Parts: sequence; C-alpha cells; structure tokens
Amino acid sequence: MHWVFEPGFFSSGPVHIACVVGSIVAIVSGVVGVFTVMRGQSFAGHSLADVATAGGSGAFLAGVSPLFGFVAGGVAGAGAMEMIGVSRARGRDLATGIVLGASIGLAALFLYLGTTRSSTTGASQQILFGSIFSIVSSTIPVVALLSVLCVGIMALVHRPLLLSSVSTDMAAARGVPVRVVGLLYMLALALAVGLSSLAIGAILSTALLIGPAAIALRLTKRIGWAMVTACVTGVGAVLLGVLLAYDSYYWSSSHAYWPVSFFIVVAIFLGYLVTELPFIRTSTTRRNETRASTAPDLDSMSRVGSGQSAGPTR
Amino acid sequence: MDSTGPDATSSELLEVEGVSVSLSGRRILDDVTFGVRAGEFTGLIGSNGAGKTTLLRVILGLQRPTAGRVLVLGAPRSHRNRSMGYVPQKIMLDPDMPLRARDLVALGIDGNRFGIPTPSRQRREAVDEMLHAVDAEGFGDARVGTLSGGEQQRVLIAHALIGRPQLLLLDEPLANLDLKSGQEVVTLLDRIAEEQHIGVLLSAHEMNPLLPVMDRIVYLAGGRAASGPTDQVVRDEVLSALYGYEVHVHTLHGRILVVAGPMEESGLPPDPSLKAV
Amino acid sequence: MFADFMINAWAVATIVAVIAGVVGFFVVLRGSAFPAHAIPNGAFAGAAGASLIGVNTLAGLGVFAVLAALGIGALGRRGRHDVVTALGLVVMLALGAVFLSQTTEYEPEIFSLLFGEVLGVASNEILPVAVLGLVCIAAVLALYRPLILSSVVPDIGEAKGVSSHRMEMAFLVVVALSTAMTVPVVGALLIFSLMIGPPAAARSFTNRPPLAIVLSVAIALATVWSAIAISFVTNWPIGFFVGVFGALSYGVGRAWAAWRRIRAVGSGTSRTVDTLTVP
Repeated sequence: MHWVFEPGFFSSGPVHIACVVGSIVAIVSGVVGVFTVMRGQSFAGHSLADVATAGGSGAFLAGVSPLFGFVAGGVAGAGAMEMIGVSRARGRDLATGIVLGASIGLAALFLYLGTTRSSTTGASQQILFGSIFSIVSSTIPVVALLSVLCVGIMALVHRPLLLSSVSTDMAAARGVPVRVVGLLYMLALALAVGLSSLAIGAILSTALLIGPAAIALRLTKRIGWAMVTACVTGVGAVLLGVLLAYDSYYWSSSHAYWPVSFFIVVAIFLGYLVTELPFIRTSTTRRNETRASTAPDLDSMSRVGSGQSAGPTR
Repeated sequence: MDSTGPDATSSELLEVEGVSVSLSGRRILDDVTFGVRAGEFTGLIGSNGAGKTTLLRVILGLQRPTAGRVLVLGAPRSHRNRSMGYVPQKIMLDPDMPLRARDLVALGIDGNRFGIPTPSRQRREAVDEMLHAVDAEGFGDARVGTLSGGEQQRVLIAHALIGRPQLLLLDEPLANLDLKSGQEVVTLLDRIAEEQHIGVLLSAHEMNPLLPVMDRIVYLAGGRAASGPTDQVVRDEVLSALYGYEVHVHTLHGRILVVAGPMEESGLPPDPSLKAV
Repeated sequence: MFADFMINAWAVATIVAVIAGVVGFFVVLRGSAFPAHAIPNGAFAGAAGASLIGVNTLAGLGVFAVLAALGIGALGRRGRHDVVTALGLVVMLALGAVFLSQTTEYEPEIFSLLFGEVLGVASNEILPVAVLGLVCIAAVLALYRPLILSSVVPDIGEAKGVSSHRMEMAFLVVVALSTAMTVPVVGALLIFSLMIGPPAAARSFTNRPPLAIVLSVAIALATVWSAIAISFVTNWPIGFFVGVFGALSYGVGRAWAAWRRIRAVGSGTSRTVDTLTVP
C-alpha cells in the first residue's frame, strides 16, 4: 500500500482541503456540465473559462482574492454571451471566439502588470493551471455557499431549461420565459466555471465541466442519472488527481510536484476515450435504443438516426 | 357540420382577425382572417415562404402582428396559453440528449414549471396512456435522438396533447415524413380531433394528403388567405384572386392539382409551371 | 524599435500576419473557430516538451500541432466534435504545463509561449518559418477551389469527389502548421484572435473571396505591426494588443454591416444577399 499512498497523505491539511474543495467543485461542474454538453455549448463553456481567466488575473492585479475575480469574470462573460444570444442558438462560435480572444488578451495584460508590480512568482501558473494545494481553509465556506447557489439555480430551472433545449419555440409557446431561463443557466455556468477555476485553473476548468458530463451522457439516457454519473466521475478524477500529484513528489530526485490539474485532466480525457472504445460504443448505443419487439417498425424507411437495429426489450 | 357535442353553436376556438405581418419592409401576411372550431381539422396550405410558420407564430404569441388580433376562446390571447398544444417543425435532437420518449412526453405535463417534479404514479400513468394513444409504446424508453421522423412526430404530438389542450397546432408535420408515415399521422390526428373534441390546425405545403380528413382549408398565397370548406376555396376564381395571376384547379384521380397559366384546348400544356401546392 | 535585433520580430510578424490572414479566412468560412483555438495549444505543449528535452523548439511546435490536428480530426469524426475539441485542447495545455513544471524557467516560459513574445523567434529560425509559411500558403492556394466548395456546399463537393473528411483533415493540418510558426511571436492563446478577427472583419466589408482574403491579410498586418510597435514601447505583452485589436476590427466590421443593413431597409431596397453563408 505504501507506494500508492505516499506517507502523510491522509494526515496532510492541504490534501484534506484539496479533496473537499475539489469534490464540491466536481459536483457543481457535473450538474451544470450535463446541460452544457447536451446543448452543444462546449465552446461557450470554454470561452467563459477564458473570460474567468481575465477576471482572475484582474483580481491578482488588484490584490483581491482570485475566486472573486474568477466568478466576477465568469458572470460578466455570461452576461455578454447571453446578449449575443449564445445560450439560445447553437454556434455563434465567431462572436464567442472574439470575446474569448479579447479576454485572454486582457488576462495577459493583467498578469504582466500584476507580476511586475508585486514581483511575485508563480501567479500565471496559479491562475491558469490552478493550485489546489494552496487553497486556504477560510475559502471553503465561500466555495460551499456559491456551490449551493449554483446547484440551487439548476434545480430551479432544469425543467424549463430542458424544454427550451429541445425547442425554444415549444417552450415559449408554453409560457416559459426563455430569456430569463437562459440567463439563469448562464449564471449557473459562470459560477461553475469560476469555482472550478479555483481548483484546477481557469484554462483547464473546461475539462471538469465537459468531460464527466460527456462520459455520463454516453452511458445513460436519463438526465437525473446523467448528472449523478457526471458528479461521481468528476469527483473520482479529482481525488485521483490529488493523490497522484501528492505522490509525484517522490517520483524524482528533484522533488518537483506535478500539477494536480494535469492528472485530473488526463484522467478525464482517458475516461472519455474509454467510452469511445468500439465495444462500449455499440453496447451503449443498443441500450439507448431499447424498444419493444412487438411494435412494427413502419418508419424504417424514414429513419433518422444512427441506423442501429432494434435491440432487446428491457 | 358539427351537430354533435355540447356546444354546437358556440363561438370558434380560435379566431384570427385581420392579421398582417411586415418584416424588414416586406409584407408577409396581409389581412388574414379565419377561425378554427372544436372537433374540426383545418389545413393551413401554402407553398414555402407563403407565411405559414409566421402565421402560426402569431397565433402562438411568438410573433407580434403589425395589425389585427388573435382570439382564443373568445378572449385575446394571453401570454401563458394552456389551451394550445404546439408541435414545431424542427427540434434540436442531439443524440446525446438525455431524454427518453416518455420523458419528453412527461415534460408536456409540467415542463414549463420551475423546481423539481415529484415523481408520482399519476404522472407515469398519464404518460403511458398518452404513449398508447399515439402508438408510441414500442419506443417509449428509447432516446429521443434515436427516433425516426415519424416516431418523433408522434412523441411530439403526445407531448402537446398531454396537457389536454383544446387546440392543437402543428407546423409542417408532414414535411420530413415518407408517404406512409405521413398518412398515419394524419389519420391519428383526425381520430384525436374527433375523440377529444379538439380543434386541429396543421400547416402543409401539399394539400392532397389532407383531403380525406380536412374539414376546412385556409389557403395562403401572396400573403393573403381564403378560408372555408375545401370545395369552396380551391377553385379557379378564388385562387387566382389570391395569387394575383391566372391559376387553374384540376382534379386527377381524386387528387387536386393547382396549375398556373392557361391550358390549351388540346389538353397539352404549352409550358405548365406546376405550382407545388 | 527598428534596431537590428528587432528586424527578426518585424520579419516574422509580417509572415505571421500573412499566414493568419489567409488561413484565417477559411477558418471563419468553415466555422472552425473551436479547432483553430484548440490546435495552437498542441503547439504550446510541443514547444514546452521540446524545451524540456532540449530539442529544436520549432520542431516540437510543428510536430505536436500536427498531431493535435490529426487527433481532433480523427476523433471528432467518431464522437462529438465539440466535446473532443474541448477535451483535446485542455489535455494539451495540461501536457504543456507539466512539461514546463519540470523545467526551472516555468513562469516566464509559460508566459511567452501562451501570450507571445516580441523576440520570440531567433534569427536562424526566420528562414524555416518563412519556408513553412510559403508551404502553407501554397497549400491553401492549391486547394483553393475544393476547399471553398467543401466549406460552403459540402454536398456538392462530395458529389464532385471532394471528400469532406479529407478536406477537413488537410485543412486542420494547414492550420496546425501555420499556428506552429506563429505561436512563438503571438502566443498560443492569441494566435486564434489573429485568425478570426481580421477575416471576420474582412467579410463584413466584402463578399468576394479573393478580395476578402487580401483585406483579411491587410487587417492582420495592421494588427500585428501596431501590436509590436506598442508592445515595444510599453513592454506590455503582444498578446494583449492582438486580442483587443482583433476584437476591435471585428466590432468595426459588425457595425459597418449593421449600418449598411439599416440603410438598405430605409431606402426600401431588398436585403443584400450574403453569397458566402455565415455559419
């Protein structure tokens, strides 16, 4: 057991905090991420993270807590994107990309100014790639509060959001305030991105948002289960990442830690690749298409879909 | 026409009065007036670009008309309208969408409400019943993204009907279906209209599949509309007035053909520009 | 700012702008904004890895960028394209971060690779960069017609024997190569701005591809030159100016297009038809 859990792992303070904050953040990302992937908004989610980068860098420049900057940046970005109409229409990649570019440019400026002003080292690294081991315990209540807020928003809007994800016209005809729902969702997204930026860095937070959700959507066809799977996968990746990063201290004589975010990202990526493996793909596709063998398949000529044959009855 | 039912002489379910819509300087709809009655099947016929979707959107409250008004059950339409079910033409069906057919139908009950639903046996039974009504039990547990065009259509109809609306609006439901599926949908809708005493308004660019079941037709051309029983509307004079140029109606083997321009006596058309209606 | 050591910067920047302007036009046309943002991060990882094992940086940039492009192209075909692109992007950034964490010069290296460095290219690298640039432009010109066909009307393209998938792969590789040489100067995170801002702006002014490409290059040149000049004076990172100017040019383009639309409606003429559809 010794070489899996290096000495001091279970008693280390920073490890505890990292696990707690990381898990909370993974849960939030999983819940929101399912909608982000389902709505085809991976790019928007990533761009929000880049706007959050600018926010975090600005906070660093101003000498304020980075979490505040991440969340503020995310919220501002979400507002801008909602105005462009990102959450209602798929795509809008160009406008999103422009916002992204300008934000990164701003981040570059803030980081440069901040570094020269305060002559601290490692700021870029922290903001961009996260430093989960240096989170102070006083941050935890804020993280918990924002997380509850985010999950609460999602619990509130998930039904009308689901409806408008299927068709905005259908939702609007039912009296759903599509604009308001979109805005609330973007707010939740901004919070999720802001929170995970704290844990694994703004640039990498996309992995926690998109990866577990994509894996979950592949494995299950019910939204409740998708969220649960995404959360479990995310938490698993985070805990694994914390463990491996802690152990990496002992891997070479130079005693340089490997960044936690690296392990988390790679774990998620590998998890996604596994769902791409041929036999897993076909078995899940068949499960997703269960239909009773009694119904005559009259529409086989006009089938729009993956073209699989009918599977066994559940 | 409608001699059975409690309110045979009641006012129309839906009244469209003098609706005009102009977008970007173009007049899309011009003084359109018609009504839809309970238990009746009304076809909204017009070629692509004639303004069918715009008209439906006005009725649904998604588009504000430049002039005219829409009355639902005698009152001006309000924002939240429980009495109308809507089946759109296109929906975003990602293969990853974590919705089974029955989940989509369940959304028809309360998908517009905030908060978390409490699972109840009532809901499940209502969904099962509706799936049965549209012959969708066979694929109730399948992901919506894997359904064929016809299956999707039926699920959407179930979704719209489960809220017990009095009016059902469908935007070009036959557009992406093969002939057989299209006929099934039309027959299904006609049955539902009768059984549940609902008014059905369905838009299409081809009227022939609807001829057997259509009680009334609303014909859109040139932004204007003519409405009434099919045999009174689909005539040379009426349609020519709508189109603004000479148009002839021919019946071939029970199918109606609307052709532009005069035809030679010999029966050989000089250059029949067939209007796909 | 025109001292000897700066000549490199001006030369490379010019090449960079020309490449970005040309390739970027097709990025915008094909709606490949996301892959264009993701692939440079492969270059970032490559450069970081190269500096770790002491290999030529340019080689690292090129190889990893091309690998990233091929990976995104291949995986994207099977799975969800946007999910794969997002995850790939992040994995490569993480890889780059890990490589750099093992070196001693972590902070400044990260900064210059991500956000650009005026003096990012050594004088002995100018020739390879120029050659690569010519190769990219030659490739784009050679593939010009099939590329436009498969970008705008892929079905017609397929009918004419232009495989969409192969075009996509070829195009992604071109993007990879062009970003490989531009990353050291403009930064992995900002090259994307140069590739979509100027072309998007150019398309607001004209619909004809040749003219749009020329305009795109012109705007890109203006962006990069002013970025270098101002960066030299203020010492602020180049990436900032590229990102902001890219956004500005896009904004101006949108404003111009909107103004033209309003004028057309007001005078009663029909809407101008966009011959190149905006994705």
